[in-house]
Amino acid sequence: MPETRELVIVGSGPAGLTAAVYAARANLHPVVVEGIAAGGQLMLTTDVENYPGFPEGILGPELMGKFREQAARFGAEFVTADVDRVDFSGSPYGIWVGDTEYRARAVIVSTGASARMLGLESESRLLGQGVSTCATCDGFFYREKPIAVVGGGDSAIEEALFLTKFATKVTVLHRRDELRASKIMQERAFANAKIEFRWNSVVEDIVGNGCVEALKLRDTVTGEVSELEVAGLFVAIGHDPNTKLFEGQLDMDANGYLLLPSAGSTRTSVEGVFAAGDVADHVFRQAITAAGTGCMAAIESERWLEAKAHAEVAAQAG
Amino acid sequence: MADDIQTVTDATFDETVGGAEIAVLVDFWAEWCGPCKMIAPTLEEIAVEHRGKLAIAKLNVDNNPETARRYDVMSIPTLLVFKGGEPVKRLVGAKGKGQLLQDLAEFIA
Repeated sequence: MPETRELVIVGSGPAGLTAAVYAARANLHPVVVEGIAAGGQLMLTTDVENYPGFPEGILGPELMGKFREQAARFGAEFVTADVDRVDFSGSPYGIWVGDTEYRARAVIVSTGASARMLGLESESRLLGQGVSTCATCDGFFYREKPIAVVGGGDSAIEEALFLTKFATKVTVLHRRDELRASKIMQERAFANAKIEFRWNSVVEDIVGNGCVEALKLRDTVTGEVSELEVAGLFVAIGHDPNTKLFEGQLDMDANGYLLLPSAGSTRTSVEGVFAAGDVADHVFRQAITAAGTGCMAAIESERWLEAKAHAEVAAQAG
Repeated sequence: MADDIQTVTDATFDETVGGAEIAVLVDFWAEWCGPCKMIAPTLEEIAVEHRGKLAIAKLNVDNNPETARRYDVMSIPTLLVFKGGEPVKRLVGAKGKGQLLQDLAEFIA
């Protein structure tokens, strides 16, 4: 069995890295398994305007670079790979990255959430050939072309605004008749001449072979089906928590979010396993709330480890 | 960048990729693409570990739009595997090493 570590942190978005900063400063020598999607969702964004401390805004990847640097400065250790399997059935908990096994007395789960897809056959067939989930990565390919964004939250509107730099026209498709996005984002979108809205619309199918040619849209009120000619479709209809790894080991709700049994605590259903960030939050889902819960998880891990060490000493003395 | 990874351009693509005797994985990427940067170290490892079986090349889509257009690359990172100059496999988006090795098994066995 490998050497037992005090703390392993799984995931490296704002939650995981903030936990790493606090845990490293508490001398827990955390191992951060940062994953192939290191840095989390902010790596796919451009300007972050609501993270305090950056009055001019900061680029998402740059912000995450700073988080990581800060954690590294205090001695956090990074593993740039995905966790393949965990075993939380007995302490010390097992975490496998490829053939490498880690054992930890405490674990912080901060694996975040990933973009949700529409679930159409045509969508997976045309992914990367007109269907995209990352405007900052792929906007470039749609210079002087009409495109559509499906979704109505902040990320959909942010993508639509970003894409107006390239596209001739951006049609926002939303299944309701009003946006869920914040007021400031809505105002910007409504003021942008390149953005058009199609309310009460759902994407029934994506037409094209090798590239996207058009979308089949259905009006949810009238039932009417129409076609919209676009060269690309950006999907921004929300996120699903990355919890597949923990199925059968940690309690989760029907949507896969980790359940935290006691209010105001990051404790999960397994003692010594804590959760932070979007993986257990379907309400706020902000970088700052993720960082906040990451801090909580680190402090709770530290206290839990301390209490456990005391108990073990007492038992031996017993 | 490791010596095991070649850089190809619109001008050199046909000669390098078409003329290769083994399968060539071409990584379509750009400086401003976060996920592209995430997979770069993994590709370097694979290039070293599977030298002689699978060649790996990088093509910057910013500077070489023609090749990207020719192969309908509309998302990055896109990894296209070529055999005898023909694309035989397309992988879209950042993936972990385990998943990549599984997806590329037929070329590195």
